[in-house]
Amino acid sequence: MSDIKINMTINGQAVETTADPRTLLIHFLREDQNLTGPHIGCDTSHCGACTVDMNGKSVKSCTVFVGQANGADIVTIEGIAEADGTLHALQEAFRQNHGLQCGFCTPGMITRAYRLLQENPNPTEEEIRYGISGNLCRCTGYQNIVKSIQIAAEELSHKEAAE
Amino acid sequence: MNDQTPISREERIEKLQGLGCSRKRVEDARFTQGKGNYIDDLKLPGMLFGDFVRSPYGHARIKSINPEAALAVPGVLAVITAEELKPLALHYMPTLAGDVQAVLADEKVLFQNQEVAFVVATDRYAAADGVELVEVDYEPLPVINDAFKAMDEDAPLLREDIKDKMEGAHGPRKHHNHIFFWEEGDKDGTEKALDDADVVVEELITYQRVHPCPLETCGCVASMDKINGKLTLWGTFQAPHAVRTVASLITNIAEHNIRVISPDIGGGFGNKVGVYPGYICATVASIVTGKPVKWVEDRIENLSSTAFARDYHMTGKIAATKDGKITGLWAHVLADHGAFDACADPTKFPAGFFHIVTGSYDIPVAYVGVDGVYTNKAPGGVAYRCSFRVTEAAYLIERMIDILARKLDMDPAELRIKNFIKKEQFPYQSALGWEYDSGDYHTAMEKAMTTVDYKALRVEQTENRAAFDRGETRSLMGVGVAFFTEIVGAGPVKNCDILGLGMFDSCEIRIHPTGSAIARLGTISQGQGHATTFAQILASEIGIPAEDITLEEGDTDTAPYGLGTYGSRSTPVAGAATAMAGRKIRAKAQMIAAYLLEVHEGDLEWDVDRFQIKGNPEAHKTMKEIAFASYNQAIPGLEPGLEAVSYYDPPNMTYPFGAYICVVDVDVDTGVIDVRRFYALDDCGTRINPMIIEGQVHGGLTEALAIVMGQEISYDEIGNIKGATLMDFFLPTAVETPNWETGHTTTPSPHHPIGAKGVGESPNVGGVPALSNAVHDAFAHKGLTHTQMPHDHWRVWKVAQKLGLTD
Ligand code: FES
Ligand code: FES
Repeated sequence: MSDIKINMTINGQAVETTADPRTLLIHFLREDQNLTGPHIGCDTSHCGACTVDMNGKSVKSCTVFVGQANGADIVTIEGIAEADGTLHALQEAFRQNHGLQCGFCTPGMITRAYRLLQENPNPTEEEIRYGISGNLCRCTGYQNIVKSIQIAAEELSHKEAAE
Repeated sequence: MNDQTPISREERIEKLQGLGCSRKRVEDARFTQGKGNYIDDLKLPGMLFGDFVRSPYGHARIKSINPEAALAVPGVLAVITAEELKPLALHYMPTLAGDVQAVLADEKVLFQNQEVAFVVATDRYAAADGVELVEVDYEPLPVINDAFKAMDEDAPLLREDIKDKMEGAHGPRKHHNHIFFWEEGDKDGTEKALDDADVVVEELITYQRVHPCPLETCGCVASMDKINGKLTLWGTFQAPHAVRTVASLITNIAEHNIRVISPDIGGGFGNKVGVYPGYICATVASIVTGKPVKWVEDRIENLSSTAFARDYHMTGKIAATKDGKITGLWAHVLADHGAFDACADPTKFPAGFFHIVTGSYDIPVAYVGVDGVYTNKAPGGVAYRCSFRVTEAAYLIERMIDILARKLDMDPAELRIKNFIKKEQFPYQSALGWEYDSGDYHTAMEKAMTTVDYKALRVEQTENRAAFDRGETRSLMGVGVAFFTEIVGAGPVKNCDILGLGMFDSCEIRIHPTGSAIARLGTISQGQGHATTFAQILASEIGIPAEDITLEEGDTDTAPYGLGTYGSRSTPVAGAATAMAGRKIRAKAQMIAAYLLEVHEGDLEWDVDRFQIKGNPEAHKTMKEIAFASYNQAIPGLEPGLEAVSYYDPPNMTYPFGAYICVVDVDVDTGVIDVRRFYALDDCGTRINPMIIEGQVHGGLTEALAIVMGQEISYDEIGNIKGATLMDFFLPTAVETPNWETGHTTTPSPHHPIGAKGVGESPNVGGVPALSNAVHDAFAHKGLTHTQMPHDHWRVWKVAQKLGLTD
């Protein structure tokens, strides 16, 4: 099949290119765009390592064809910190609270939590656990991930209140 | 160069961020921003991709392979089969266990998803297209999926390649599907103890086949530079130096022309210790094409072809007096190793350290025998988050103790305490030949029982049982107790080697003129945070702040030789090498300081970050000053510079231990188990970084939960693997995972330079029996002795139904 035109916004930058229509979004991001933050951990849409933000929703980018993302606004882990390099509250909280070990699930996990905290800025522990249940971690047992998200949520609401 | 403002001793200690502090991890800045560098992130100019054609059959003869249609796919460059590898003598490779394994199937396939051909293409999509189009004609053969039938007289012959080789790597083979028989202990004495005992319990306990399943699968990039003759191999290797040596031995490329690099690794848990066909095929493909070749397995390939764990069928017998003193332990294991013996055990121990099976108990006489057999299953047999076969041993003894307690009508905690090795018995010589270094089991158990208020739990359970019988609840409460002793830190070169490579480890340190440093190790982190913790060990040893020490691992061109990271050996072995190399630095620094202060070395004492004159702390030289002097002053009798290297051969293993107690509520109508509480007390000797230790315990317990509550790699009768995707293979999400409570006691290892023992594996080793015992305990009063794991909802419901508890 011949290549199709691709237009999308990735981490605030307009991207215009072409791609083989069967390319999965995760491969497009990792291999064409060199955004290797999102990872691949399974073949069945279970692990969430590939999670990116697409039009304000968390999606598993291994389950989206690049063409389906045409016109979309995509945010990956690389676009979560502020432009001046200041880390997002989630990134900071994961570091401070040992919310990661091997780091392989981390980009997907933070990107998911980034959306979760916009959907529900003050989640209970149970809501956090449910909210990240599409993202698997083999190292941490989730305990410190949940804690990191709780602390980031507090941090963000303080920030909001201050503004 | 003198420090500007004098700071207090406490501040100086604080500044080091050394041993015992919860230093934040230096790795995390990259990982939280998506800037990790994992194998699949590596992209080289002109890089090709390889992908495997795999067998759909569990056992079949290959009649023909036709690559034509595949080669016609645009982008497909080559299809490699065993025929192409034969002239290079690369169609088989040695395994870590002294067997050989087919790199690409040679005339027949022995397990489903075995590697049959390797398609090389310009991108991964073209490679996948090529894989679909390679035509392979198979003739199916009868399958052995049950280890108990492997040695039947009429069992089909699996390994034609070694059918005449009746002397195996570990002694004689007694059947064509037999691999080895290994035994240890006093057989006659143990049988006599069983004959003479007041009470004997016997049980067949199976630890099902599972898989380490790190979130990142295995993979590599091989790049042969034809101009300078150098092969560079990047990959998910838990033991990069061992890979280099093996690669050199099997390819005949001189070892100095091979560079092996382990980049960031997305979890290992034993999965990434072995050498897999993908590494060899990518290397061959790179040699043939002159281009870099990447191979990264997908999840199905990972679960079905690289590195299973366990699959041990263990029969245990315990002899005891009627008041509960254990007088003997007998065990036999039927070990299912799959189609090739690719176990990752030290060479002399084909069943790993299974003979730690006497556990934490003072058992006067014991015997174990292990038979390894071939079946039509994937090869492997790795230490999935445990030291070699230690979790199997701990599961057997801890289940058997509970069964004995039930038979004697004793409380399982009380029975354990009664038989514990006492503090004053250490170093303790076990009946099966190990010398336990240190322990204080009574204190640990007492602390755990007090923390959870064990007595109150038993009272509550009695009430729950009465309420259940009155029909007021459909939920049964179970209390699980486990007390484990691990054996880690392989190991002393005198008895531990892999393929003849002694299992020492190493550290090389260079202090820079301005007083910062770089340390290189033979190990490799897969999430354990080595860059953080090893710098802490060094900071305390040499008085340079941890943040001023760069830690580097995983590049065989720069790191000193070491055997890698698995079996919880990094802290016990490489951690010790780090401390010892630090001490060499300090010894030279002392000579330099003596010269600078114009005193005799003996007049100096070490204090945090400096040498000072005894009784006159004002007269001192800091490590920073000493470092500078070592580079700019001609000191009589001393070479310039400040560097050291240590190769550490541990005198003994280390023996971490722990007391785990958990409480579950089992819904008898659905089989759903709720882990209400889990308390894990670990004693891993000196604690380097409490934050990281806790994190390791959380993760290991979650893996234990996965194994107990649902993980199983099983095969049907015609050899199909059932459930090799994350759809079927159970990995708990945040919803199923409870909050873990942790605690500790500290009993340093007497032979380790800083007294550390290692912790990474303990929670898996102790967590499995604790959780399984809790499930059994819930039904014990209704007559359940033992039921095989995993305790998933269906199986638990079946148990309840069999006991007549369901509606
Ligand atoms: S790679 Fe596993 S869900 Fe996308
Ligand atoms: S940190 Fe390793 S998978 Fe989550």
